[in-house]
Amino acid sequence: MFHWLEKHPFFFAVGVFLTVAFAGLVTILPNFAQSSRPVIGTAPYSTLELAGRHVYIKNSCNACHSQLVRPFKSETDRYGHYSLSGEYAYDRPFLWGSKRTGPDLMRVGNYRTTDWHENHMKDPSGVVPGSIMPAYRWMFTNAADIDTAFAEQLTVAQFFSVPYNKPVPMRDGSTMVVKMGSSLADANVLALAEAKVIVEDMKDQDVKDAVANGKIPEIVALIAYLNSLK
Amino acid sequence: MENRPLEYDYTVTKMFMLTTIILGIVGMLIGVVLAFQMAYPELNLVLGEGLAEYTNFSRLRPLHTDAVIFGFTLSGIFSTWYYVGQRVLKVSMAESGFLMFIGKLHFWLYLVGVAAVVVSLFLGITTSKEYAEFEWPIDIAIVVVWVLFGISIFGLIGIRREKSLYISIWYYIATFLGIAMLYLFNNMEIPTILGESAAGESGIGAWYHSVSMYAGTNDAMVQWWYGHNAVAFGFTVPIVAMIYYFLPKESGQAIYSYKLSLLSFWGLMFVYLWAGGHHLLYSTVPDWVQTMGSIFSVILILPSWGSAINMLLTMKGEWQQVAASPLIKFMILASTFYMFSTLEGPIQAIKSVNAIAHFTDWIVGHVHDGTLGWVGFMIMAALFHMAPRVFKREIYSKSLMATQFWIQTLGIVLYFTSMWIAGITQGMMWRAHDEFGNLAYSFIDTVTILHPYYTIRGVGGLLYLVGFLMFSYNIYKTMSARPVEESELQSASPMGA
Repeated sequence: MFHWLEKHPFFFAVGVFLTVAFAGLVTILPNFAQSSRPVIGTAPYSTLELAGRHVYIKNSCNACHSQLVRPFKSETDRYGHYSLSGEYAYDRPFLWGSKRTGPDLMRVGNYRTTDWHENHMKDPSGVVPGSIMPAYRWMFTNAADIDTAFAEQLTVAQFFSVPYNKPVPMRDGSTMVVKMGSSLADANVLALAEAKVIVEDMKDQDVKDAVANGKIPEIVALIAYLNSLK
Repeated sequence: MENRPLEYDYTVTKMFMLTTIILGIVGMLIGVVLAFQMAYPELNLVLGEGLAEYTNFSRLRPLHTDAVIFGFTLSGIFSTWYYVGQRVLKVSMAESGFLMFIGKLHFWLYLVGVAAVVVSLFLGITTSKEYAEFEWPIDIAIVVVWVLFGISIFGLIGIRREKSLYISIWYYIATFLGIAMLYLFNNMEIPTILGESAAGESGIGAWYHSVSMYAGTNDAMVQWWYGHNAVAFGFTVPIVAMIYYFLPKESGQAIYSYKLSLLSFWGLMFVYLWAGGHHLLYSTVPDWVQTMGSIFSVILILPSWGSAINMLLTMKGEWQQVAASPLIKFMILASTFYMFSTLEGPIQAIKSVNAIAHFTDWIVGHVHDGTLGWVGFMIMAALFHMAPRVFKREIYSKSLMATQFWIQTLGIVLYFTSMWIAGITQGMMWRAHDEFGNLAYSFIDTVTILHPYYTIRGVGGLLYLVGFLMFSYNIYKTMSARPVEESELQSASPMGA
């Protein structure tokens, strides 16, 4: 058979393809629907949080920080409850990372605050002596891309039925509604309102002024995102 | 005419040889910068505060991985394809104007793609998925480049004189099919300009931005099915294709066992794709997928060692060549590192070992003994073998080649030993508890302790880069400094004369 295949490239290629493709189908398909179901208490990202997530991705934070707490005592002691599949239901793309040069950030919103992040992003080793993380000072001046975040919300609501403007069940039995703007202008108003809450806890006067003038620096969006990780 | 050997056309081979070298230097240089940034964080500001955004570790990191994978390695694969393909199929590119055109188009579009990738990654335009960072417009360009590669392969096969496909061709076909399938499915994404607001606006925000079709755990599954097998079909399969051609050619020995190559090839095809789950052990993907990933990773030793042993036994009775020829040294060490790396990988894929190894520098070490030792050495050996035949000149300096071999070998050894120690140290410190059951170390303790290992790794990487520059210089001098031979060297070793 093999000798015959080696003289018939078409059938050889088909044979290789089937041999290769088989495993993917068997491992990925069976649990596909189940794995994408959200757990109770998981809500979609707001416009500002999503813009912050884009800042996180733009700067490859995931190259050094994981967002996956493994079910070991040492990890739950350090980072909190181990990760559940449904907690990632609104993560497109997933940001588990593959290297922990810095600590895990899956639940960083539980134990770090806005002002901690502000100081840390400006001067990491000033906050954590010995840290090898670089400073991210340009985030204090670059503007966050709210428009693209809004476009992404619209896209996931449309194509994947992500529940924006709909009640989402919370762990205490209540419900929560994550608002999405009805127009681009509306989305920017919503994001700015969120940003104002964040800058109340910040010290940087330039950032405060920018938000007062209706502009949102990247750092504000990033902190909104990091605070949402719980 | 009948008795004269075929004259092959190496135009496209030469073009891709050039990008192999240039992108190799770029990718490895960035790698060395990154390594020293981890040891000395001040280097993040190497070009000053104003450019910090672009010289920062996190912006450069995807540039390093993509430059060495899609720049250096892929160029090497293309370059050898346009050389090996013609020779084992016994047909010249010059015989078909169409294939010549496709080959050149393949190269130029590839170059456009590389430029687009460099610019977009510097700007931070990325999907975040490792080795699949490119946004949808670049993805489309990459698919076109890949289709052109496919047309080249099957076009040349279509007009072949040698009816039976040599082993290397099996592997090139598998590379084409495997990457095509993986890349397409992992990059399924929806451009966000398609989103429409309640007020009827669309085309909002950045035009190049997209959102993955898969969410969370599924996205991770698809990504590591891709990520692991991009290694399979980018770093293993095509490199095996090279060694099956270049080692017998260079040593004058026939492949040790045809049956072993059959077993290894079909075994590798079947087993590799299952192993992606070992990147996701103890994560939220289903347990059975993790277990399958673990088990198949161990089984993977069989086909991997099959190829490697086949290569080593090809040298049976001719081991004096290893001492005599630096080129044989490169290839023998490459297959040795292949064995080493394909044993280390399965060990790391065992669940209890993975609990310590995952997320640490040990994984980085594993990647690099494979890429520097196996992929890098084999591609350089291939170029060393091709250069005299393609440029019709003898290799410029044999002693430079031997020196390069030892410098780079030392570099690799420093690299992986320091990363072993760093990884296992950090993995053990993360999980250490004191007598009262509290965590023994804060996270920063596990970072500062790694400083000496990061420095050693940087030195190791630097040595490898120095060796690569020696290689580039040697090839450059071969291209330009020696007189042209009258016709192609038919069987002479490049080491001869």
